[in-house]
This record gives sequence, C-alpha cells and structure tokens, in this order.
Amino acid sequence: MSASSPAIDDGPTRGPARSALDAALKQVAAGWASYRRHPLGMVGLALIAALLATALLAPLIAHVDPNAQDLRQRLLPPSALHWFGTDHLGRDVFARVVYGARTTVQIVALVTVLVAPLGLVIGTASGYAGGLVDEVLMRVTDIFLSFPGLVLALGFAAALGPGLTNAGIAISLTAWPPIARLARAETLSLRNADFIAAVRLQGATPMRIVLRHILPLCIPSVIVRVTLNMAGVILTAAGLGFLGLGAQPPLAEWGSMVSTGRQFMLDSPWVVAAPGLSIAAISLAFNLAGDALRDVLDPRNEA
Amino acid sequence: MSAPLVSARNLTVRFATQKGPVDAVRGVSFDLGREKIGIVGESGSGKSTVGRALMRLLPRSATVAADRLVVCDTDVLAADEKIMRRIRGRRIGLIMQDPKYSLNPVVPVGLQIAETFRLHSPAHAGARAAREATLALLRQVRIHDPERVAGLYPHQISGGMGQRVMIAMVLAGGPEVLIADEPTSALDVTVRMEVLSLLDELVARKGLGLLFISHDLNLVRRFCDRVLIMYAGRVVEALKASEIDHAKHPYTQGLLASLPLIRQPREILPTLVRDPAWRESA
Amino acid sequence: MSAAHGPTLHTASPADDPEDDRVRRFLAGLGRVAGRLLSIALTLLGLLLLTFTMGRLLPADPVLAVTGAEVNKATYDRVYAELGLDRPLWEQFASYVGNVLRGDLGVSATTGHSVLSDLGHVFPATFELAVFAVITGVAIGLPLGIVAAVNRGRLIDHVARIIGLAGHSVPIFWLGLMALFVFYAKLHWVDASGRLSVFYEGMLEPVTGLLLLDTAMARDWDMFRDAVSHIVLPGLLLGYYSVAYISRMTRSFMLEQLNQEYVIAARAKGLSTAQVVWRHAFKNIRVQLLTIVALTLGGLLDGAVLVETVFGWPGLGQYLTRGLTMNDMNVVMGAVLLTGAMFMAINLISDRLYRILDARTH
Repeated sequence: MSASSPAIDDGPTRGPARSALDAALKQVAAGWASYRRHPLGMVGLALIAALLATALLAPLIAHVDPNAQDLRQRLLPPSALHWFGTDHLGRDVFARVVYGARTTVQIVALVTVLVAPLGLVIGTASGYAGGLVDEVLMRVTDIFLSFPGLVLALGFAAALGPGLTNAGIAISLTAWPPIARLARAETLSLRNADFIAAVRLQGATPMRIVLRHILPLCIPSVIVRVTLNMAGVILTAAGLGFLGLGAQPPLAEWGSMVSTGRQFMLDSPWVVAAPGLSIAAISLAFNLAGDALRDVLDPRNEA
Repeated sequence: MSAPLVSARNLTVRFATQKGPVDAVRGVSFDLGREKIGIVGESGSGKSTVGRALMRLLPRSATVAADRLVVCDTDVLAADEKIMRRIRGRRIGLIMQDPKYSLNPVVPVGLQIAETFRLHSPAHAGARAAREATLALLRQVRIHDPERVAGLYPHQISGGMGQRVMIAMVLAGGPEVLIADEPTSALDVTVRMEVLSLLDELVARKGLGLLFISHDLNLVRRFCDRVLIMYAGRVVEALKASEIDHAKHPYTQGLLASLPLIRQPREILPTLVRDPAWRESA
Repeated sequence: MSAAHGPTLHTASPADDPEDDRVRRFLAGLGRVAGRLLSIALTLLGLLLLTFTMGRLLPADPVLAVTGAEVNKATYDRVYAELGLDRPLWEQFASYVGNVLRGDLGVSATTGHSVLSDLGHVFPATFELAVFAVITGVAIGLPLGIVAAVNRGRLIDHVARIIGLAGHSVPIFWLGLMALFVFYAKLHWVDASGRLSVFYEGMLEPVTGLLLLDTAMARDWDMFRDAVSHIVLPGLLLGYYSVAYISRMTRSFMLEQLNQEYVIAARAKGLSTAQVVWRHAFKNIRVQLLTIVALTLGGLLDGAVLVETVFGWPGLGQYLTRGLTMNDMNVVMGAVLLTGAMFMAINLISDRLYRILDARTH
C-alpha cells in the first residue's frame, strides 16, 4: 500500500507517527533498564511469569487429574509420588495447586478485563463532562469506596451466586473506583491541553475526543495502577474462596482448598500449607513488582 | 589576627551516587577570622556543600576528607556526633535560603527560637527566661511587635519577616561563626537590602565571622571583605572584594564581563564561554 | 480586594456595610454546613440503595424465609402482598428507607431475632477485636516506621520492609490457621474459638459488651485472663496487618519530612537525631497518621470477617458470613449497611479532625 503512494505524502504523515512510536519505545526501554535494577522486582516478575507458565502448562506439569479421587489414598503425607501429599478425598495436592494457578490467572484476567475499561470510561467521562455528570458519577464512586472491599465483594458474590465468574465480577465491582478516580484526575489535567483544543476546533465530538484522544493517554497509568492493586484482588479472591463464595468444588481453587483442609489441618497440615503458601507467593510477587514499578515511575518515593 | 575561627585545608567532599562517586568539592582551602568571606559560584559549584561540610550536616552518602578542617577549635573530622552537637548552634550557626522551608511549619516561630536558646543556655533556662530571650532576639532583628509575632506560624508571616526570625533563631545559640547560605535569594528585591543590612549590623556589632554563600557576584563584592570564586568544586580564585576588578582568572573575568551595568549600557551581554581546563587547574 | 475595586465600581454596595457583611458570611457558613449535611445524606441514601439492590438480587425468597418451605399458594400470595413485594420497586425501596430510619432492619430468618438487636450483640465483639488490633498496630507500627525511616537502607529498614510485605501478601485466614496450629494445638499457649471458655458462658452481665473491660470492672480476674487468652491470637493477628500498613505509611511520611529543609535547620541548631525526629518531623506527620489509623480501623472490618471465621469469634463478620451462607437477606442487608455506615463515619470523622488539627489550614 505504501509502495504505491508517492513518497512525499508518506513523509509528513508517517514521520511524526514513527517518531512518537520511537519515543514511546525508548521510554519503555528506559523504564525497563531502570526496573531491572530492582532485584526484588525481578523476583516478583519471575514469580508472575512462573504463575502464567504453570497455568498454561498445567497438564504437562502435573501428570495426574486434579479431581481424581482415591479414598484408599486419603491424607497421605508428601512423598516422591505425591509431592505435596493427598487431601481428604485422596486427590493429589500438587496437581490441585498447579491447576489452582489456572483459577487464579482466570480471576486476575477477568478482573483486569472488567475493571480497566469500566474505570477508564467512568473516569474519563466524569472528568471530561464535568458539571452534573461528574458530580453524580463521583458520588457513586464515593459510595462504592465507602465499603471495605471484601465485605462489598461478599455481598455481590452472594447476590450473584457463587462461582468463578461471579466472584470475578463481584471483585471488579469493588475494584473499579480507584481506577475511575485516577482516570478522572488524568482527564482533568489533559482536558485543557492545547492539542485537545486543536482537535476540538477541528470539530471533533466530545465522544470522539474522549475515546480517541484522552482515553488512550490514560491507559498506561491505569495499567500500572491495576498491577499495583492486583495483590489485593488475589487476596480478596482467596478470601471469597475460603468463605465458600468463590469458585465451587470440585474446581481447584487455593482459597477453598485451605477452607476444606481446615478440619484435617491438625493431623495433615500439608493440605493447608501448600495452597496458602501459593497465595502468599503470588500476592507477594505482585507486591514486589508493584513496588519496583512505582519506583521506576516515581523515583522521588525511594530515591 | 589570632587563630582563625574556621580553617580548611584541601577540603574534599565525595558523594556516592548511582552512577559512581562524584566529587562535589575538590581541594578547597581557606581561613575565616572575624570577617566576612563570600563564596560565589553557580549552582552545582559546591559552595553550599562547603558550608554544610563545616557543620557536618551532609547526608550519609557524602564522604568528607581534608588535611585539616577545624571549626571553632574543634577538629570536625575527628569529632563524634556528641561533640558536633555542642558546636552546632552554640558556636556556628546556619542561615538557610527560604524561611518557608527552613522553619518548621507546625511550630510557632517563638518556640523555634526559644528551643535554640534553651538548648545552649549555660544554666538550664526555664520557660520564662527563654521567652524573655526570644522577645529580645525578635527585637534585635527589628521586629516591632515581638509578642504577636512569637505566636505566629511560619505560613502566617512574610518572607522578609521569616528570614529575620531565622536569623534570630540562629543567633539564639550565641554562635561566633555564621554560615549564610543564599540568605536573600528567596526574598523580594525590596526586602533584600533590609535583611542584608540587618545581617551586616549584627555581624559587626557581635564581631562574628561570616561565610556568605551566594551566586550574586555584585552583592558579594559590596557586602564582603574577601571573595572566593568557586567553579566545579574548586576555588579558582581568592581575592579581596575591593580588588575584584583586577581578577586574573578567566572565569571571574567572564562573570564580570557578563554583568549588566547601568552606566555603560551594552548592546549584547557576552556569554560566558567555559574552558574545560578550569575544572582541573586551580 | 474591595478596597481596590469597590469605591469606583459600586459606591453604595451593601457589601460595604459591615453588619450586612456579617449576615452574609453567616449565611454562607450555614450554606456550607447544609451542603455538607446534604452530601452526607445523599451518600447514605446511595448506601441504602446499594444494600437494597444487593438484598433484591440475593437468591433467597423472602416469602419462604417467613413461611418456611412448606406453604400453600394462598398463604404464599398473602405473605407476598404483606411484604409489599407486589408493589413497584421504588415503593419497596422507599419503605425500606423508612424502615431503616425507624431502626427496623427486619427479622433474621435464622435466629428469629430482630436484626438490630442481633447487631447490638455482635458489634461489641468486633469492636473489641478491632480496638485491640489498632492499639497493637500503632504501638508497634509507628515506632517501627519511624526507626526504619531514620535508618533508611540499614538492617532495621529491611526488617520493617519484610514485615510490611508479608502483611500485604500472606492471606490472613491462612496465617490464622497456622497460628492456631502452632499456639493452640501444639503449644497450648492460648485458648481458641469464641471470646470465653464455655465454662464462663453467661456468668457475666454485659455492661459495655467489651469483655476485657467488663471482666476487669467486675474484678473477676480469672475470667479476665480467660478473655485475654481468647482475644490475644485473633487480636494480634489482625494487629499484625495494621502493623504492616501503619509502619509502611509512617516510614514514607517520615522520609518525606526528613528530606525537608527545616530538618537540616533543626540539626544545625544542635538538636540530636531523636529530638529532630520527635520534636520536629513527627509533629508534621501527626495529622496524616491520624487519617491512617482511621483508615486502618476501616480496613480491619475486612480482615475481621476472615479472622472471625477462623477463630469462631462471634462478631459482625461471622454474623455476616453466616447470613450469606444461609441466604438470610435481612441479616446480609443489615450487616453490610452497618459496615458501610461505620466506614463512612470513620472517614468523615478523620476528615473533620484533619481539617481541625492541621495548623496550616487556619
């Protein structure tokens, strides 16, 4: 396509775009170079990568069916055959922990997919429209913020009915307000920028301005913020699972594994230890990555 | 002149940074008696670092080395923190640039002055004695209603008044040496002269030694007895304020040449061209 | 301002009359208070709308909750109408708001008591746990955060950081189970489950509802010791999470202050590090810390739900989760409403205190 069009036309339109892309890439490269100086951040990143790999390759890592029961083999301590022992139904705990990574990744993905657009749309609309729209939307945000996250998520999870998807939706319903606040603040600072005024003078509709020009600029900070909040999301999901309002049996989920393992804990602590440590490790990973990320983006914090 | 109040020989300050060590001050030597010495340099020349090194107020990342660094009969390099605390405030005081930041925002200014006084008064001064002293100090810095001002918070007073409070606070410890680090740069031009003449009068009356750190060559040459010109961490030239027009170093000459003059308007102010060699040779 | 423009532009403006000006300022103040009250009322209304929606979505049939599962069509329809379920939703919501304002939160389908009186019983238990935890959090977290900031990059700073990271990462219910395993099952250092041993159950007439206080006032030291031995593990556990948060925030506030010029000025006066920290820097973070403690208290309500479940602590969280698993609509709505209202009240109070205490704002 570009080969057929005259070179003169290509220059001015492609030039700036390419340099903007270049600049963005350079910024990412610089950020990465700075991120790499945080050993703990790299540990966090490695753990997150390990989680993703485990979720993707679960059948290759665990050779047994995580739901295969064998009541003759119940509550066996860790051994060469069952690395993390077996649970009260004779299921292999290692396999269940491995498949539990899938559940966790699903929840994380679901929450990200729901929360980021929801927060972005509400925040940018509120910030750009101003006036009554802003007032109403921010009031709604305040109401959602005036609940401790888990209690609200519990209520929604119960209302929607237990299950993995509903747990994700319930958590998303509690996790969007900070994102919306952030997007609104960014929008307010962008709203009066010269390039927005230029677009407006060209006759762009408010809808177009928000969707095409403001929203994309808010995305990087929103992604960072979602990452920072992910540890909390994972803990809330585990809490829901523990209280029986998350993923339902027999699906392997770390929180509900701890919950069912409770009654056998005194004699068989391994049924509780492994899933609990997995939750801790992943939430720690997101905390470490978040800390490093915050450091890269706002060096004043820790310099 | 008897033994100098401050004596520095080959003073070097090195900061450990992420990109390796940086020498902010390199081989600076001078003696300060009961006189006014100005240190002039652009930002980053190390002039403020010299002042803070004398009081050992630099951050942990800084390493101070010198052949000799004596402040008020104390070897600053060898002294422990306890000895330094007895020198700071009592024998050498520091006036900082902007009272908006150098006074504690949530403590009434009178209490901040009284604190220095009580810390350094010989017998354990009571609250009443400290209050009396505070009011007297405020009067000394030409504040006319000290009772009212003493109860105000820093954000409630103007910059000029804030700087006078700062001076009162520093004087409360009864020091022999003052380091004034850009004391008038943050002030309005109209109150600059007031604060300067106040400082001048107090230094003269109490017979103090003053190290006046500034980027303003014109100000320093009128105000000080001697001038040290710093560039890139080195003193490139030291001379009497009265002889500054006969400066030999090209950097000083360049600085002088780029100053605007009222009597001889110039079409274009010359731009200072820096010679990399200045960084190395003294 | 009026001195610059007033005389020439509007010579006889009523604003120049000092009496009138005072009236105007009073009215403006009144308007501000009214605005604030209105905004609180609106938020409360939103809160009610949220719990109402939650209750309507809950997969529980409110009629069956009243009549029991065995019911004929005629009775079902009668109760359906009695409960107002045939009316439009907004009317139902209006009557819900009216009921809540009259203090009627309905009857619990599982306990048979009114939800309000149930909440009156369970709330002190959660309050006691939360206060215990906050005191632990402040007593340990605050000094830890300050020491970490002063010794930034040294060992103690890393220790504080690890404590904080663990607190933000380890699931509280799991740590609770591990603590039970070690200190109750293996070491027998503490009692578990509930607030008192069964033996003491019902022996004490509640005065404040806070057992540590009640037993101490009754001078029943055996019972006091029993209550302590029950609260210490859940309380410390919940407290640990506030230690993590408070120490981290304190450290970051303190670091910000230690970089200020006035800290150098204070050191230049001859003050020791401890004096600089406590007399100068700390005074600048007191108000911020108050907000943090308030937020911690709110956040503890979250942790309490899980800790109460693990330790069988008969508080608000356990009441809520039991209501959720039993599909007890009124219980869920009441408990969620109380939690939200508490959280809101804490935020409002801390916000007001912040404005009042911050010397820079007046």
